[in-house]
Amino acid sequence: MSRTTLDLWVGFFVVIGMAALLFLSFRVGNLAGTSFTDTYVVKAQFDNIGGLKVRAPVKSAGVVVGRVGSISFDTHSYRAEVVFTIGTGFEFPRDTIASILTSGLLGEQYIGLDPGGDIEMLESGDSLQITQSAVVLEKLIGQFMFDRAATPSE
Amino acid sequence: MSGPLAVVRRLGAMVTDGIWRLGFAARFFGLMLLYSGQSFTRLHLTIREIYFGGVLSLLIIVVSGLFVGMVLGLQGYETLQRFGSGDALGVLVALSLTRELGPVVAGLLFASRAGSAVTAEIGLMKATEQIRAMDMMAVNPIARVVAPRFWGGVISMPLLAAIFTAMGIFGGWLIGVVFIGVDEGAFWSQMQNAVDFRYDVMNGVIKSVVFGVAVSLIAVFEGYDCTPTAEGVSRAITRTVVSSALAILALDFVLTSFMFRGTS
Repeated sequence: MSRTTLDLWVGFFVVIGMAALLFLSFRVGNLAGTSFTDTYVVKAQFDNIGGLKVRAPVKSAGVVVGRVGSISFDTHSYRAEVVFTIGTGFEFPRDTIASILTSGLLGEQYIGLDPGGDIEMLESGDSLQITQSAVVLEKLIGQFMFDRAATPSE
Repeated sequence: MSGPLAVVRRLGAMVTDGIWRLGFAARFFGLMLLYSGQSFTRLHLTIREIYFGGVLSLLIIVVSGLFVGMVLGLQGYETLQRFGSGDALGVLVALSLTRELGPVVAGLLFASRAGSAVTAEIGLMKATEQIRAMDMMAVNPIARVVAPRFWGGVISMPLLAAIFTAMGIFGGWLIGVVFIGVDEGAFWSQMQNAVDFRYDVMNGVIKSVVFGVAVSLIAVFEGYDCTPTAEGVSRAITRTVVSSALAILALDFVLTSFMFRGTS
């Protein structure tokens, strides 16, 4: 059995196909970028998570430091429990505040972390105590309307 | 013999015939998998089929991928601009291509370009009694003729779909960034933020593998099962293209509903 031109073309084809796959994973997808290999888990309970989704980014100062792992409902406290992972390179104080924010007016929702001043750092499995819920637009409008109705107009 | 009874009889015959063919196709698939080991020992047969099915389909895949991407770029920008988010063009082009258009359109093109050729080849071999001759010479026609064509298709299809998707994104970039003037940085960075490797790229690859199996199986089976006449072969080719297209679209719905439930 000897090499033929046909083999050359097939090899060429396979190389192009693999190159396309690599292009899709590295240039189009985020295989190299924001997926963290070593992570630790942090929990937080929110009164209202709004439209937060699994795999939403966790940001601090606008930089992506982790991803939301799971969202569940705690039947004891009647609050939403969000479990998210943070890359091991990013350490946060134990009194860090987690809040649910929206990127832009209609953008996706993400968890924002505001570091506190504690000397001890968060460890895997810890829960964040201070949280801030998502802003629900309907509530905001309702509050605004009640305020307007309460103040006498001149 | 006419009247309502004949209609019922014909309907019943159609249903029975369909189930019969389905059972035969399942047995055929099982036999082919069984004899695949034999055909892998002569790998050059499969490589030859990758050449005819994959390499020769490159041109149509590249050109149509480019045009699909360019159309997506134009139409997507036109719509996104109304909401003032023309920068998200990269996301729209990349997500629609990796998740849906890449595997599906490449599958449809592959079925009509390569699947029909496989059916015609096997059908003609049957019509000219080459398959029976092989049987006579104790050469297993499934291992010698059918399995290499099947595996050639299964290997080619994901590669073709990936090339289609990459070309489409290039086409979208060409229209969006080069001609319309969307910011290049926003185009790529928003795309990289939104496209997840496992969720979007891998699911697209899984789809294209499934379509490759479906199209190749339909193509070899229709050829093997055809009536060995000129008319029978032409009918088999038509059936290959029609049922491949239907299978791709139906499987696409099933796979999509498993992969992207809309919850996350």
